[in-house]
Amino acid sequence: MNATTIQEHLPKDYKSAIPVRWCPGCGDYAILSSLHRAMAELNIEPHETAVISGIGCSSRLPYYMSTYGFHSIHGRAAAIATGVKVANPNLSVWVTTGDGDSLAIGGNHFIHAIRRNIDINIVLFNNKIYGLTKGQYSPTSDKGFISKSSPYGTVEEPFRPAELTFGARGTFFARSLDVDVKNLTDMLVEAAQHKGTAVVEVLQNCVIFNDGIHSKISDREWRADNTLLLQHGEKMIFGKEENRGIVLDGWSLKAVTIGEDGYTLDDVLVHDASTRDNTLHMKLALMELADGLPVALGVIRRVEAPTYEREVERQITEVKERSPQDSLTQFLLNSPNVWEVK
Amino acid sequence: MHPHALQGRFIHNNQEENMSTKTVVTDIKQVTVRFSGDSGDGMQLSGTLFSTLSAIFGNEISTFPDFPAEIRAPQGSLQGVSGFQVRIGAKDVYNSGDKADVLVAMNPAALKVNAQHLKRGSIVIYDTDSFEEKDLEKANFQTQEPFKELGLEQVHPIGVAITSLTKASLEDSGMENKDILRSKNMFALGLVCWLFNRPLEIADQLLQQKFAKKQAVVKANIKALTDGYNYGHNTHLTTATYRVEPAAAEKGFYTDICGNMATAYGLIAAAEKAEVQLFLGSYPITPATDILHELAKRKDFGVKALQMEDEIAGITSAVGASFAGCLAATSTSGPGLALKSEALGLAVMTELPLVVIDVQRGGPSTGLPTKSEQTDLNQALYGRNGESPVVVIAANSPTDCFNSAFEASKIALEHMTPVVLLTDGYIANGSAAWKIPDLAQYPEIKPPYVQKYYEGDAKEWKPYLRDPETLTRYWAVPGTPGYTHRVGGLEKDRLTGAISTQPDNHQKMVNTRAEKIKRIAEYLPEQEVVGDRDADTLIVGWGGTYGHLLETMIQLRDSGKKVALTHFRHINPLPKNTHELLKQYKKVIVAEQNTGQFAAYLSGRFKDVSHLYRFNKVEGQPFKVSELVEAFTKIMKEK
Repeated sequence: MNATTIQEHLPKDYKSAIPVRWCPGCGDYAILSSLHRAMAELNIEPHETAVISGIGCSSRLPYYMSTYGFHSIHGRAAAIATGVKVANPNLSVWVTTGDGDSLAIGGNHFIHAIRRNIDINIVLFNNKIYGLTKGQYSPTSDKGFISKSSPYGTVEEPFRPAELTFGARGTFFARSLDVDVKNLTDMLVEAAQHKGTAVVEVLQNCVIFNDGIHSKISDREWRADNTLLLQHGEKMIFGKEENRGIVLDGWSLKAVTIGEDGYTLDDVLVHDASTRDNTLHMKLALMELADGLPVALGVIRRVEAPTYEREVERQITEVKERSPQDSLTQFLLNSPNVWEVK
Repeated sequence: MHPHALQGRFIHNNQEENMSTKTVVTDIKQVTVRFSGDSGDGMQLSGTLFSTLSAIFGNEISTFPDFPAEIRAPQGSLQGVSGFQVRIGAKDVYNSGDKADVLVAMNPAALKVNAQHLKRGSIVIYDTDSFEEKDLEKANFQTQEPFKELGLEQVHPIGVAITSLTKASLEDSGMENKDILRSKNMFALGLVCWLFNRPLEIADQLLQQKFAKKQAVVKANIKALTDGYNYGHNTHLTTATYRVEPAAAEKGFYTDICGNMATAYGLIAAAEKAEVQLFLGSYPITPATDILHELAKRKDFGVKALQMEDEIAGITSAVGASFAGCLAATSTSGPGLALKSEALGLAVMTELPLVVIDVQRGGPSTGLPTKSEQTDLNQALYGRNGESPVVVIAANSPTDCFNSAFEASKIALEHMTPVVLLTDGYIANGSAAWKIPDLAQYPEIKPPYVQKYYEGDAKEWKPYLRDPETLTRYWAVPGTPGYTHRVGGLEKDRLTGAISTQPDNHQKMVNTRAEKIKRIAEYLPEQEVVGDRDADTLIVGWGGTYGHLLETMIQLRDSGKKVALTHFRHINPLPKNTHELLKQYKKVIVAEQNTGQFAAYLSGRFKDVSHLYRFNKVEGQPFKVSELVEAFTKIMKEK
């Protein structure tokens, strides 16, 4: 394409004319808006973009895009997106999904997409609740969580999306907040730029059925002290005063105040998102307030690895070069066990 | 290779024979041979080689591999018996035969399991080395006289010490004993080749191809095969050997092919014709997996065959690939189709092309994985939530799987609809000689691409605008500028494709989806009848039972009865003339391997067709022509 004909896209270019129908105050609005912004920043063509979803509030999102979109069935978005991406590796393929959609009914597709490292971007809206069915606990709800389907509190442990991602040997995991449009946009851009399956967990508020579930992390008054925004190559420093840091204490991570208890800036860990060993990434991703640690945001892991769809293409190219075929008829005539009746 | 090029390598020996000891060669038209042994005995290979070399020799063939679901059941046990039946003939081989003329039984269990499959007067070649007391015990024989115990007094048992002769044959091979014993099946095959005057050169070539990378194995197998042949010849194992003349087939190049391979090639052919990428999303399941195997190999044709994490991912990845512009297929068997139901409904709702191949096996649940039935018809027709019409077609023979897969793909692509292609374990694993098709003779496939076929202004285009004749929506493939749109599983506005819960819109869409499928009948050939058009009785079948029903009809006619047969490939929609056709006969006998699903479907469609008789059998085994003849004769006699 000639440089003069490149069209700079604006966020509105990715927006469909259909009125958005999430509940007023829903965190999904901010995610939608961030996605529009991220796509504009990436300047991808709407017609070369496909947004695939399953079922749930999060999965209504494709209708609000002006790209190609597919609102499919519960849990299957990752598998459908796999088909789309393998069919046409040139498309920018996105999955928007929720904690129920991708970690309960679609858990199998979620982990296998990650294992294959197919180049799709999975935006996981985690509000720890089933919203569209009016308030049941989800696979990410904390143990003891009271909901319509767990009136006495759940008796089961939750999944942690990062743990599943790393368990499936994921190459990219980032976490962001629905209320932080700037950081969320950045994370979506980074996810798209990563070659391979990118999981962006968005801690999202359900204003109706689980209001405030992430408030200790997302509210402005807590956010600085309770979150750590990881940046590759940077020290893990957080807190309103920017005087707190993460250090290694034996095999564990520990939050310390720089200048206290003998800890200096030199003791604070530097984030390396690109190290293949995911041990530290796992520890960072699983930091919890209950353990006196901030919740990690930002790109926690990003490592290069071959992508599934390119490997499929590479094999086809190799096999075609080795044994080119003109037509099926010719191939069959050349196969073993052919005889002629004259 | 031309049959006449194949001078038997033992003619020389024959000429040296003294006339008085020479074995008599008898010409026969058809023969059914069953190879049977432990699932580790290599009987499938013996059977395949025998059928392939017979096909190359010029016979018509039809095969029936009949094996247990277990890979290796306990040695010598009844559960572990694996069989391969092949029928060869000069002509008119329509199925793999009811019962065997020759049985090769590698152990007592094989004899016991197959006793019911033997004709009177059949030859049973058995390995005396494996008919010792302990072997008989393993197969639960109570006496030392297995033939007598089974009531097999009308067969000709021929005991050959196959194990020890194979050992002797290969004692200088330098191979280990356990490897030597693997060639027992070749010694047995040699005996059968002698019995039927098969030229060994073809078998040699086939073994060379099969074990190209293991020359030691090739050598050992050829040695055992040849020694088996010579043993039969030198000991005059039987008083007569048999010659089955080559068939007078249509000119052209042939190969032998099983249904699953033909299905895979039918998809490739359709993709080639339509100039689209072929995509298969699949998950291993008996007896459909060979379709995945073959398409995974065919990267030389650019096929993208994905082994997904489960059945659902198999179909949903295919739905995604279809959305993205591929000829997309998923291959499975009954339990897998059950898992795919919801996603199949999604393809109905989004009106995307999709080929779903169900290689039927015995059910319900896990059922009989390696056995064959026609019990998924209702599932294919109705097994989804909501009003969810799909096209259903059924292949009628191993070679017909090619045409059926091609046609399924053509209908799916041109009418933007999922198509369920029903085959079954019998035709999927069975093989027959196949004239290699000339694709130039096949019809074009033209998917309704929006940029090519939509004639209006691109700005006015909506995702659910339809071709007025076919009611097909246009295909706007992601990547195409100007046609971005959203589809999904929620009910669509009849035009824009936006979510709609309007009552009248839903009614209209339900009607339109049904009408779209119905109109496909306009593009199908009329249903044909073979046999006596003026008969009172019409035999009706569908799918893999064709060979058995055709032979039944021929036998009935040969016995002087007037009868006709119509065999359905197109099940939904039915060919346009179906109703008229059924009304023409006084008696309509619907024969199927289920409890009457197609019969119920027909009588539901055509209320005035009340004269339906049913023949149903659900044993997981192919029909037997003799049973059909008997049952139909009885029905025909009824007043």
